Amino acid sequence: MAYTQQKPPNPETSGQLRARIPGWGADLDPKDRPAVPKEQFEPHPYGAEWDFPDRQPEERPRERSIEHEFLTPVFGTSCPPHGVSGVIRRTAYQRYSEGRAAHWLLLIAADRVDALESTLRSFASRHPDNPVTETGILSEIKHHGLRSRRGQKRADLIHQPLDPLIVAAPWIIAGVLGYRAVRRIRRSQGSTS
Amino acid sequence: MRAMVYRGPYRIRVEDKPRPAIEHPNDAIVRVTRAAICGSDLHLYHGMMPDTRVGMTFGHEFIGVVDEVGPSVQTRQPGDRVMVPFNIFCGTCFFCARGLYANCHNVNPNATAVGGIYGYSHTCGGYDGGQAEYVRVPFADVGPSPIPDWMDDEDAVLLTDAVATGYFGAQLGDIGEGDVVVVFGAGPVGLSAAKSSWLMGAGRVIVIDHLEYRLAKARTFAHAETHNFTEHADVVVLLKKLTDRLGADVAIDAVGAEADGNLLQHITSAKLKLQGGSPIALNWAIDSVRKGGTVSVMGAYGPMFSAVKFGDAMNKGLTLRMNQCPVKRQWPRLFEHVRNGYLKPSELVTHRIPLEHIAEGYHIFSAKLDGCIKPLVVPEAA
Ligand SMILES: NC(=O)c1ccc[n+]([C@@H]2O[C@H](COP(=O)([O-])OP(=O)(O)OC[C@H]3O[C@@H](n4cnc5c(N)ncnc54)[C@H](O)[C@@H]3O)[C@@H](O)[C@H]2O)c1
Ligand SMILES: [Zn+2]
Ligand SMILES: [Zn+2]
Repeated sequence: MAYTQQKPPNPETSGQLRARIPGWGADLDPKDRPAVPKEQFEPHPYGAEWDFPDRQPEERPRERSIEHEFLTPVFGTSCPPHGVSGVIRRTAYQRYSEGRAAHWLLLIAADRVDALESTLRSFASRHPDNPVTETGILSEIKHHGLRSRRGQKRADLIHQPLDPLIVAAPWIIAGVLGYRAVRRIRRSQGSTS
Repeated sequence: MRAMVYRGPYRIRVEDKPRPAIEHPNDAIVRVTRAAICGSDLHLYHGMMPDTRVGMTFGHEFIGVVDEVGPSVQTRQPGDRVMVPFNIFCGTCFFCARGLYANCHNVNPNATAVGGIYGYSHTCGGYDGGQAEYVRVPFADVGPSPIPDWMDDEDAVLLTDAVATGYFGAQLGDIGEGDVVVVFGAGPVGLSAAKSSWLMGAGRVIVIDHLEYRLAKARTFAHAETHNFTEHADVVVLLKKLTDRLGADVAIDAVGAEADGNLLQHITSAKLKLQGGSPIALNWAIDSVRKGGTVSVMGAYGPMFSAVKFGDAMNKGLTLRMNQCPVKRQWPRLFEHVRNGYLKPSELVTHRIPLEHIAEGYHIFSAKLDGCIKPLVVPEAA
């Protein structure tokens, strides 16, 4: 088709679409679209009765973005920073704004350290981490792992084999550290005896 | 109480955790009756979102019954059946006052670039989520709404995120009568966006994915034309051919940070975390939409940079529109569409998983096994 002014016709007209698809055109008028316009000034919606909300008490020092003036009046208290990962997280928050790659790279690094620390700590607890149950890998058997992949042109199959490596990383690192520690102890014992 | 807990990339388990407490006068504690696993949870599960801490409970798509309220709560009381938008928002800050509930300034000390989200890392405020028996719901007078009597629980839970987001994504596309819309991603968000595009008067809706079973759902649930991108050497050329070489009027990215289709992009972001996200679908959207067209981005990306083809977007004069969905703003109109039968959210649900088996639920949804589209989580106490 030559490149001309007119929009090429669709396979179906609006009338045909309205007949085929329930609700076709119900929101044709932008006034019926709740997200239009993007901003609409509408203060005090719902049950909010405050100008500025009450402040949630800060039971322990709470890390925050240096782009904020103060700790926001409400915040989550899910997992306070702890251990080496906690030190890295606090550094990321204290030193770098959200605009700096260092902020995010430190937080990602802290996440990896946290997983390692937590896995190691779990071995000394009543609930050691269990890669079999925690990865849900047994669902491969119950939920047709093979049939879901065989004969499919799925683009994700090529990299799925990498996932076990990511899961195994804390165990491999812990194993290497443990092996080195044992060897060092043996050596020092060997040199003293 | 029993709660899902993150243990590290690809690892979660169910633990006994203290029941959440009222921490602010406008808090409520909600007993969860249904939760869902969202495509966004996969970004956390795969360790892509910075500041995802071991011990966090995920879950931002849930409904339940109010169990306890703080002293300043006036509009909700124990026993109310409520649906809770995935956004935590105060209702009165500069952004909330303008309807940008996903961008509230008062709920996330960890970052100014994103609002508060239940169970979505400390980067989104450090709140535990709803894949548990109980959850703390801040600003109980603002976020949660009573579930209408006529609405099914499984419709209600999907309206707290996936379906509201798809509906929002179609609106950001600024669709006009007869527009050609291409949707990348046939997950719950993409399927909802495709279906919603017709409500806005689209003339043609094309859905792209690589999972045949999801494309089949796009044909039935969303009445869309579908193409499997693995069957075409170049999906951008395919879309140009389908649109008389002009390109689609509107493109919607409903894939986000872990897009497939280009191994280098996928590995550098999803596996090595060197990018905020793998913008394969976003780049396809930019390249396949027509000049002057609109790209609506619903797919989520991490806060780091991503290798987006910005030059093409500029040269083509595109409008790029995006946000986390301000869920509660969609509800009145969306409820009408559900009531009229134009949208049936529960048709997306494929799996109902007891909370105790949630680790398997995540694996099934992440590895896309067993025809999984939307898994729900059912706590014991429900
Ligand atoms: N903006 C918001 O408020 C909001 C809300 C919910 C979800 N999200 C985001 O939306 C995205 C989709 O969520 P979902 O629950 O539907 O997830 P999902 O994982 O179920 O769906 C993603 C789909 O994209 C497909 N896909 C992968 N690469 C593709 C490519 N290059 N082209 C086309 N399709 C491709 C996958 O096969 C899958 O079917 C996620 O990034 C999620 O974080 C955003
Ligand atoms: Zn979500
Ligand atoms: Zn606010």
